[in-house]
Amino acid sequence: MRFTFALAGAVALVGVTTAASARDYISIAGSSTVLPFATIVAEQLGNNPSFKTPVVESGGSSVGKKGVCEGIGTEFIDIGNASSRMKTGELEYCDGNGVDLTEIKVGYDGIVVANSKDGVPLVISKADLGMALTAMVPACADGSTNVNCTDMVPNPFKKWSDINADYPDVEIRVYGPPTTSGTRASFAEMVNEKGYCKKDEMAKAALKAAGAKAKTCRAMRTDGAYVEAGEQDNLIVQKLQEDPSAYGIFGFSYLDQNSDTLHGAVIDGTNPTFDEIAEGSYSVSRSLYFYVKHAHVGVVPGIAEYMAEWVKHWGEDGALSDAGMIPMPEAERAQYAAAMKDLPKLTADMLK
Amino acid sequence: MSDTGKQMMSPAMAAERVAAGLAARRGREKRFRIYGRIAIGIALAFLVTLFVSIFSKGIPGFFQHYVTIEVALDRAKLDPAGDLSVQSLYDGDARGVIRTALYEAAGASGRSGRKAAGKIISQGAEQRLRNAILDDPSILGTTRAMTFAVDDDVDSFLRGFIKRETPEKDRRINDKMIGYIDVLNDKGLISFRFSDYLVFGSASRNAEMAGIYGALVGSILTLAVCLVLSFPLGVATAVYLEEFAPKNRVTEIIEININNLAAVPSVVFGILGLAVFIGTFGMPRSIPLIGGVVLALMTLPTIIISSRAAIRAVPPSIRDAALGVGASRMQTMLHHVVPLAMPGMLTGTIIGMAQALGETAPLLMIGMVAFIVDVPGSVTDPGTVLPVQIFMWADFAERMFILKTSAAIMVLLAFLILMNAAAIVIRKKLERRW
Repeated sequence: MRFTFALAGAVALVGVTTAASARDYISIAGSSTVLPFATIVAEQLGNNPSFKTPVVESGGSSVGKKGVCEGIGTEFIDIGNASSRMKTGELEYCDGNGVDLTEIKVGYDGIVVANSKDGVPLVISKADLGMALTAMVPACADGSTNVNCTDMVPNPFKKWSDINADYPDVEIRVYGPPTTSGTRASFAEMVNEKGYCKKDEMAKAALKAAGAKAKTCRAMRTDGAYVEAGEQDNLIVQKLQEDPSAYGIFGFSYLDQNSDTLHGAVIDGTNPTFDEIAEGSYSVSRSLYFYVKHAHVGVVPGIAEYMAEWVKHWGEDGALSDAGMIPMPEAERAQYAAAMKDLPKLTADMLK
Repeated sequence: MSDTGKQMMSPAMAAERVAAGLAARRGREKRFRIYGRIAIGIALAFLVTLFVSIFSKGIPGFFQHYVTIEVALDRAKLDPAGDLSVQSLYDGDARGVIRTALYEAAGASGRSGRKAAGKIISQGAEQRLRNAILDDPSILGTTRAMTFAVDDDVDSFLRGFIKRETPEKDRRINDKMIGYIDVLNDKGLISFRFSDYLVFGSASRNAEMAGIYGALVGSILTLAVCLVLSFPLGVATAVYLEEFAPKNRVTEIIEININNLAAVPSVVFGILGLAVFIGTFGMPRSIPLIGGVVLALMTLPTIIISSRAAIRAVPPSIRDAALGVGASRMQTMLHHVVPLAMPGMLTGTIIGMAQALGETAPLLMIGMVAFIVDVPGSVTDPGTVLPVQIFMWADFAERMFILKTSAAIMVLLAFLILMNAAAIVIRKKLERRW
């Protein structure tokens, strides 16, 4: 009897397998930074009785960009989310699989350095912030003489005040995301590399002497000054609330939600506020994108409507800005709203 | 004591030597006992900390704030097509109707006042109103008191997480909103009650609307598939290996591999599921059917190993007696050995299922770690599971999700304890000793 039960189970399995071929919901995957916003839009579309709510998977920007390029057919995702722009190499993978995409920028996300309101606020230049956190610095960066200035040494700074007496007399301890995170990659690129290594004369000279690229500066300190606190930004927020001497790196939306207990560091004279990021004067911010597959538009129901939902909510007063996404300027919004209709094919030239 | 073999000791000497060592031996035993107690004490302390932190956040998570307002259910506004269809209600102005009622209750006027007051109520209010009309269309045209959840920021304020003293620009709700909340509170319209959203709601990005129902259904469907596949297969495998298979090199290798399989990290099964079911068979992602199959692969070794142990525990005299009266080997198995071994097999199965209930890693690969709002109606609809829901909530920035996360953890723990308790009960009730 038990064996007939098993047999019935197997038969049922085959039965439902054949039934489950067509997909009537949108499948989305990618960046965990875009996910909180994409899910808001997905939920709005799901409120419309004509459409099922899209399924939004996490996984990271690379999963989004690669996943959408993997092929055409309902077993592949329709839309890939990314918090970094597609690179030409990634686009080649797409072309190789015969997938045409349109790139839609949806808004911006600020990356903030914050600490508890009980602690000393940090007012710092981007170059110094990079110098405090990058793994290797020129030997005389800390003002020491009798050393070869073009030698790279492990970061010697213990306290913020070691860099500049105006900075807080507090040990450098910054909680941040691990290497798998897009937030970390963007921070390292914008602050360590572009803010410090490509600006600071001493660092440029040392890198040149070593024949190294500025990219090497993206490595974060591993001597305890930079502490990997896991992918969960909420965890970092909790740690900062418990320990006023520590600082943390995370997305703006988390600062926005906890603005009563945390304050953001002023970087290059600008406060990480909604308006400053939106105007572009707060420089540590990045664009959020999604990539939509042409071949699936009109095949999987609701893709055009899903994109239209973004337009409804990505404005200054929309649900997305309420959740911490920084809206694009009016002109840019109009440009991408038009792209949703025309679906221009993403080419390598556009990425340059 | 190496010299004792050569020379016989006198009893007196031996007694003396034993007495001398006795204190040290007893001391050693005492110390070991103390170490054991300390270890248990530390473990218990951790457990208590865990439970206190989960329960202190989780129990408030089962409740949330609601506001009750008098809504004028104007048919022309709510049901423009007049056919009471889902689409017509969606096209209707449920939002406007609720807002009007809210402005009146809070005494809000002016553009900025209305905007502030509008933020008090959850976005889910519209859906709730539509559902109420669908359930009972006769309420259209009347004015009745309806209860809606408040927005998660307002809820945080009412719980005291967002403080009045905090400067206005640092708060997520402004002074105007606080004024309206006070008005509603003074009228007694705001209540703190059991959160029906948590139990009957599905995933949502609005913290106040988020619930575990969708994930719970997903978990049940996934586990059902897992059980249907792994239990019969596991038991049959155990019976064959234990009673019918010849004992040779091949079965030995199979046995070793089953034991090894039990120790394979679960994410590996996810990769297998991705490659075979989604890659080769082209099945859709995120469906409980594949989730169940992958989890079945993971639980099979547990079931096989415990079932074999249960079969081995059935005394050979039972088999001999059955064979002696002329039963075939198949009859001996099905009529006698398997029924007697069943309690042990069920225990193993339930523990395997409890393990599967808590898994997220293998599901990551097959797309079940996802934000899925619609409640799955069958094993081929996209769905997620409870631990995934907890994982997703823990990562959202909104503060109310912290409470809901802990509440969901409590639900998951309750299920796990229930399943393990069932395993113990089955073992105690049905187990036979020979």
